[in-house]
Amino acid sequence: MRKKHGHRKLGAGLYIALCFLFLYLPILVTMIFSFNSSKSLTKFEGFSLMWYERLFSDSEIMEAVYVSLSVALLATLISTILGTITAIGLSKSRKLLKEVIVNINNVPIMNPDIVTAIGLMILFSSMKIEKGYLTMLLAHIAFCTPYVITSVYPKVRSLDPSIANAAMDLGATPFQALTKVILPMIKEGIFAGVLLAFTMSFDDFVISYFVTGNGVKNISIIVYNMTKRTNPTINALSTIVIVVIMVTLVIVNVVPAINKKKNKKKMALELENMNHI
Amino acid sequence: MHNKIIELKHLTKNFGEQQVLKGIDLNIYENEFLTLLGPSGCGKTTTLRIIAGFEEPSGGEVLFNGVDISKVPAYKREVNTVFQKYALFPFLNVYDNVAFGLKIKKKSKSFIDEKVKKTLKLVGLEGFDKRNVTLLSGGQQQRVAIARALVNEPKVLLLDEPLGALDAKLRKEMQSELKKIQKEVGITFIFVTHDQEEALSMSDTVVVMNEGIIQQIGSPVDIYNEPENRFVAGFIGESNIIPDAVMKRDLLVSFDGFDFDCVDKGFKENEEVEVVLRPEDIDIVDVENSKIKGKVKSIIFKGVHYEIVVETQYRDYLIHTTDYFETGLHVGLSFGPEDIHVMYKM
Repeated sequence: MRKKHGHRKLGAGLYIALCFLFLYLPILVTMIFSFNSSKSLTKFEGFSLMWYERLFSDSEIMEAVYVSLSVALLATLISTILGTITAIGLSKSRKLLKEVIVNINNVPIMNPDIVTAIGLMILFSSMKIEKGYLTMLLAHIAFCTPYVITSVYPKVRSLDPSIANAAMDLGATPFQALTKVILPMIKEGIFAGVLLAFTMSFDDFVISYFVTGNGVKNISIIVYNMTKRTNPTINALSTIVIVVIMVTLVIVNVVPAINKKKNKKKMALELENMNHI
Repeated sequence: MHNKIIELKHLTKNFGEQQVLKGIDLNIYENEFLTLLGPSGCGKTTTLRIIAGFEEPSGGEVLFNGVDISKVPAYKREVNTVFQKYALFPFLNVYDNVAFGLKIKKKSKSFIDEKVKKTLKLVGLEGFDKRNVTLLSGGQQQRVAIARALVNEPKVLLLDEPLGALDAKLRKEMQSELKKIQKEVGITFIFVTHDQEEALSMSDTVVVMNEGIIQQIGSPVDIYNEPENRFVAGFIGESNIIPDAVMKRDLLVSFDGFDFDCVDKGFKENEEVEVVLRPEDIDIVDVENSKIKGKVKSIIFKGVHYEIVVETQYRDYLIHTTDYFETGLHVGLSFGPEDIHVMYKM
């Protein structure tokens, strides 16, 4: 019986290991070969940082990094503001309007990127807007905003309807009620929206590819262009992106856990004090 | 009497097609505990929300110390509200919830500290400063809500069914507590409730409302003993309503085939009226000694008293008494002139 159980455990462990291997081996290979001293993508011929040197001296790539980051930051900022305001407004609207808007909001999320991309491309062309940085930014704001609405709206809906009135009753102007009461109560939803919007914007390829022009390229477009020939600079770039994402993930996950622990300790201390009284 | 602090002048409010307030005229005085009493949908909460500034009236005026404030936004009014479900700020602790209004008004730190501590003491929450409001009991949250409003020293405190979410025992405690706090701070309380017992036990003045109209304004004793119409009589406590009485002349009313002396006057001769007899005002006596005779139809034990229904020729009478009477027993009913309350027909 025990033996059988042991086998099962071993099988489960092996299965998990294979899954992780399948997911992470390609990334690991990319990272290892970014330090390769030759151009080969199959044979590791010694450690070197030459691809990193090339990466940082390649002005086209650095330009793309700047475009990706600035578009992602601006699109996140603007879509978060737009989405949050929309979600708050929505919660105060009539029921029918509310349902219609929530469903319409889901369409761009479900829609294949290629359809959104072509749609936006045609829109910009028909309005005679010159394609480039601005069109890319506008497109990113357009496809990020629904994600923000989706993550903020449930939080807003769960608010006590009198909470804003309570703030104004105590002398807060409508704007103060928003910043001092409503926003702190929905900040988790906003934070989730920010993360989603930034990720969506940063790794978008299809839509960006269709709506850009005038030589404005983000990282995904550059990488796509580079894959046509062997170029380990991509590996170096990918490695940096992976490291940045990993560090961010660790911070996002570990910091709240530490805070929680601290709070728990504080609460326990307080409770003890209360008991003493 | 004190000075008028709030005057409602022919206040109306429409929500779409529906008119929820149909012309409310009401004077509210300084230092008064006034209760708006009525069934749900009678317009009592809407009236309160108009005074607080959360709703704009469709017509009429709201005068505050003689000045029309119906266009003044809520955050500029000298009133504060205790909400039905408290509407506390869950991300702030007890102290910061109470301090919210003073911080918005940019008061000094020492001033805020002193006021918050004093107000928390007033509502019996000393030492609760750092507690998480979401972990407090219903009664404690209630006290935080009251402290959060009172700390701003409003001229008028509005309370929207604040005791509705509490259990019966706690409710009783909070009723006397609220009354005590009102006496202590000496400001006007406007209290909204659908609970007649709550209204009678706490208020200086009770305003009975139904379907957007004020039915009667008066002291709890007046409202109970001299209901102006059948709605008020039926809503305030249990009662026997005799809809087909006739006022023969001043001090003489006729129903159930007999004339009775009463204390009411000022009606037209032979005017059709309605009469209210409170169940506790009717005595059960020997058959020979009374005009109205009947048979005990049912008897239910209610703790303090028995609830007896006596079937007579014209109608069933509800009677509260501490004596026991066998079902089927023939009895007589007796009541004095002051127990008969004559009302205008609706």
